[in-house]
Amino acid sequence: MKILVCIKQVPDMESKFKLNAEGNWYDNSDLAWRMNEYDEYAVEQAVQLKEQVADSDLTVLSIGPDRVKEMMKKALAMGCERGAHIADDDFFKKDPYEIASVIAEYAKDKGFDLIFTGMQSQDRGSAQVGVLVAELLGLPSITTIVDFAFDGGQITAKRELEGGIKSIIKATAPALVTCQLGLNTPRYPTLPNIMKAKRKELLSIPVAELLKVEGKQETAKLYFPEKKGGGLVLEGDAGDLADQLIKILKDKTAVLA
Amino acid sequence: MKTLLVAEYRDGQLLNSTYELVAFAEQLGAESAMFLVGVENCLPAYNGTLYLADAGKYCEFNPAVHKQLLLDVIAKEQPDTVVFAHSSYGWDLAPRVSLALNAAHVSEVVDIVDGVPVAPVCNAKLRRDVKAKTGQVVLTLQGGAFGLEDEPSGTPTVVQVDTDTAAQIEFCGYEEAEAGGVDLTKAEVIVSAGRGIGKPENLAIVEGLAKALGGEYGASRPVVDSEWADHSRQVGTTGQTVSPKLYVACGISGAIQHLAGMKKSEFVVAINTDKDAPIGEVADVLVVADLKEFVPMLTEKINSL
Repeated sequence: MKILVCIKQVPDMESKFKLNAEGNWYDNSDLAWRMNEYDEYAVEQAVQLKEQVADSDLTVLSIGPDRVKEMMKKALAMGCERGAHIADDDFFKKDPYEIASVIAEYAKDKGFDLIFTGMQSQDRGSAQVGVLVAELLGLPSITTIVDFAFDGGQITAKRELEGGIKSIIKATAPALVTCQLGLNTPRYPTLPNIMKAKRKELLSIPVAELLKVEGKQETAKLYFPEKKGGGLVLEGDAGDLADQLIKILKDKTAVLA
Repeated sequence: MKTLLVAEYRDGQLLNSTYELVAFAEQLGAESAMFLVGVENCLPAYNGTLYLADAGKYCEFNPAVHKQLLLDVIAKEQPDTVVFAHSSYGWDLAPRVSLALNAAHVSEVVDIVDGVPVAPVCNAKLRRDVKAKTGQVVLTLQGGAFGLEDEPSGTPTVVQVDTDTAAQIEFCGYEEAEAGGVDLTKAEVIVSAGRGIGKPENLAIVEGLAKALGGEYGASRPVVDSEWADHSRQVGTTGQTVSPKLYVACGISGAIQHLAGMKKSEFVVAINTDKDAPIGEVADVLVVADLKEFVPMLTEKINSL
């Protein structure tokens, strides 16, 4: 069985963001990069499926500049067999449709039985790319899954809905699923697997070879939201802060009365 | 401008997000029509044309079929914008529709400024204005971003719609949230732990403060996903929506989904090392401190009052 997992590298969300010179995205320098959290669950589920089904082959794909290969090596160390790096320094200017089209173009003649993606990225959070890839390839897709089982070509997944409710969905492979947080417990790569990953195939393909469409939208402007209301900010010695906060709670709430 | 609003029905109920779509159309002064896969005895309070497909016949969750029903209505109505809630239903269906329409699709819209959709980036630390390059545009709206001022009213003019499209997936029913555990919605004080607690042992620090304040402890999604706290403790879109007298967020950065679950609290205190964390947006007081040092000190002082 052939499996594909698509992952994205995103900045650590705790980073201090700065705007780029054009004011249409964040400055990519001086940021700590990591695997999109949702994609860690996608990789783990893909690896579990590979381990479950004999003679499986698992490819990890990512679009971005050279630095995304570091993150891809983590996915290889987690158990993916080969990496397809779509080299693109302008990835952040592409809209979800362009990104999905590139992935679909890569995947279209490779006969993947199952494709995993995160349900969204932590930076853009559009939640579109996975569904679009499936639609472009004419595959059924199940989004926002928190449980996944595969048996003889049949997928049974649970979708997470609002308010703690789940729905149970069945589909037949080939199909695509988008993974929600908490789907599984992503493994930590072991040292031997990290060493092994260094010898695994990691090919770079220029994005121009796969991009055949034009985007339908662009970020006109990126900016920091206006601080609303402006709550009180307390800084300083922890003991003093505790005294100040207790006084505020006594004045403004009834909980210490 | 003409909009088509995609309402949501689930498990015998029309979802409230439907009225946020109506509010959106009203705010823009747009002419609107509505589409719903639902049932006839559970219609929205709405004055306008409602294109209704029978949920009994087409199933309430059935993306390929709902897509076709919707595309047929769009072909007839020719709306400038097709609007969904950014929900488990909306973010699943909207991309399928936007691709078929070859329309730009802006997700999780929080505002429209001078006709331009605004969407959050990086956990709402940043925002972006999105320029659509297509005539028709698909939008999904962030929950709570658009709200009706008045109680919804009206009676729709129902137009029944049908299709013979085949399903791609099979919907096999719902699994309710596990019963039992604590009912956070009844707590007057909630002290919640976020990723900032670092390790499960530190949950005791948060629990200690909750006890000192006579309340319950809650948790953000990452803490529950890591199985450091029970799901019944989770505050946010996929957990509990709470409105206590006092909400103390310890080491919670403030993801949109978490804020949606607690922003109606009467008084919010946030304890965070990151002064710029989005939780600061909804906090009455932001204490810039390491919770592992600050919270035990605070608890001790409260206990000795």
